[in-house]
Amino acid sequence: MILKGNVWKFGDNIDTDVIIPARYLNTSDAKELASHCLEDYDSKFIKKVKAGDIIVAGENFGCGSSREHAPIALKEAGISCVIAKSFARIFFRNAINIGLPIFESPEISQQVKQGDLLEVDLNKGIIKNLTTGQEYQVHPLPPFIQNIILAGGLVEYTKREMKRRTNYEQL
Amino acid sequence: MGRTIAEKILQSHCAEKDLKKGALIKARVDFAFANDITGPLAIEVFNQVGASKVFNRDKITFVPDHFTPNKDIKSAQQAKMIKEFSQSQDLTYYFEIGQAGIEHALLPERGLALPGQFIVGADSHTPTSGALGALAVGVGSTDLGVVLALGEIWIRVPETIKFIYQGKLNKWVGGKDLILYTISQIGVNGANYKVMEFSGEVIRQLSIDHRFTMCNMATEAGAKSGIIEPDEITFTYLRSHTDKTFFPSLQSDPDAEYEQIMEIEVANIEPQVAFPHLPENCKPISEVGEIKIDQVVIGSCTNGRLEDLRLAATILKEHKVNSKVRVIIIPATQEVYREALEEGLIKIFIEAGAVVSPPTCGPCLGGHMGVLAKGERAISTTNRNFVGRMGHPESEVYLASPAVAAASAVTGKISSPEEVILT
Ligand code: SF4
Repeated sequence: MILKGNVWKFGDNIDTDVIIPARYLNTSDAKELASHCLEDYDSKFIKKVKAGDIIVAGENFGCGSSREHAPIALKEAGISCVIAKSFARIFFRNAINIGLPIFESPEISQQVKQGDLLEVDLNKGIIKNLTTGQEYQVHPLPPFIQNIILAGGLVEYTKREMKRRTNYEQL
Repeated sequence: MGRTIAEKILQSHCAEKDLKKGALIKARVDFAFANDITGPLAIEVFNQVGASKVFNRDKITFVPDHFTPNKDIKSAQQAKMIKEFSQSQDLTYYFEIGQAGIEHALLPERGLALPGQFIVGADSHTPTSGALGALAVGVGSTDLGVVLALGEIWIRVPETIKFIYQGKLNKWVGGKDLILYTISQIGVNGANYKVMEFSGEVIRQLSIDHRFTMCNMATEAGAKSGIIEPDEITFTYLRSHTDKTFFPSLQSDPDAEYEQIMEIEVANIEPQVAFPHLPENCKPISEVGEIKIDQVVIGSCTNGRLEDLRLAATILKEHKVNSKVRVIIIPATQEVYREALEEGLIKIFIEAGAVVSPPTCGPCLGGHMGVLAKGERAISTTNRNFVGRMGHPESEVYLASPAVAAASAVTGKISSPEEVILT
């Protein structure tokens, strides 16, 4: 799968309260959550973000609470991929479990600029900066993780996996 | 290149040939569990994915421990849900109160955590079993629901930080002080993603209960797990708790690659007290100053085991609890309770003026059995002192060892055991 989008650049320690403020956690409706995504950081973010855009951040992205609402809000807002120097442990799990691809790359975090156009090849782990021509190789996501993302998250993936196993048992 | 103990365990639980740090792999789970809070959500996910049978009825348990004995109707509903699920799935292990206790103390006691195993629990203090040389990782309810169905989980192969403790421990200093001190040095994010491997001559001599305390609080440094290489002390413990066979020797290779190696000289470590509202805010007991307290809690998955109670009893023996203080002592499991009773510890607590509660998480998470009012202050042997953790958002929790907690119970202020027991 190839993703293409413009970069939104963020600094270090973007926490889950910034991504989706706790005052909106009384709903799990993805659209409602997305409409408040990152509003305390940049109130215009949600108006300007386009489907496919990519977040590039510094250290410890997604630190704070374990709320799955954070990656859900980002994904629903149109973000196709998050690249950071590092992620908080639970955000990392949650992102993959809800089907949002993420990559760790200190180089990209440092070199890419706001607005640059990136092309991400999920299978090969090759990320091209189409604005500057730079190319980066990151750890590609292993096939089963790509399948989780393609399925739209862990629950959907497991549903399919359960079916596959049952069919197999019946053979 | 050699491997750490955590890498060896993951290697033996996945299909990949040559594991690399940072890689995402699918790992087979040896044992999975949840409690009365996280269990119901996991069961919902299990149902959502269309599963009808758990992956293995011998490798799963549910422990009602957080709000049990059920504190209200909602808790009762949740406890009922995990019990019914356990029955309908015909699980080999389900622990009703009366045979149960706090999950992280119960599992090792029942021989359900063994060296070399890969264990996942829907609770953040799952790393406790790392004290036996298992790789035990806390996960969310969604993750656990899927594990119930498939028996496997995706995991990032973690880097390991090795901590080497050397020197001679001071009197009244134990596992709790070592881990609090360590967290104060590296911070509450100091081991994010990583495994903390505790080693060195001090650890080799540390009893199993103190080791459980250390691995338990690896969580408070953000770690994926804490782990200790099994040795004779581990094997002695295991032989008295299970007939199962286990992997006898499991060690990190001498040339294993660590993210970092930290040497800690223990001779200068005093009993530690973590001030509100983070476990990293530690001070040595001599610098604590005058802090009056309203409540003392001795218990939890961190410090509710037999040795912890023995330590508290050493101090409370022939002393009375300060008349202004409530003291709540909670054996972590029914078995700990029984042993404490046989050894006469419970009598000592009652005669000193403490209340002894049945095994439960209870006050540790501000649930029941000792919730704090506005402005009240507690010293507790638990593991978290976040804002409002034990009750009102304007209450305060100080974390310490059972020895310091018991001494404080006598004086009514945070105190060193030496103030109570003259040596
Ligand atoms: S005793 Fe406290 S920390 Fe331990 S499992 Fe219970 S609530 Fe969690």
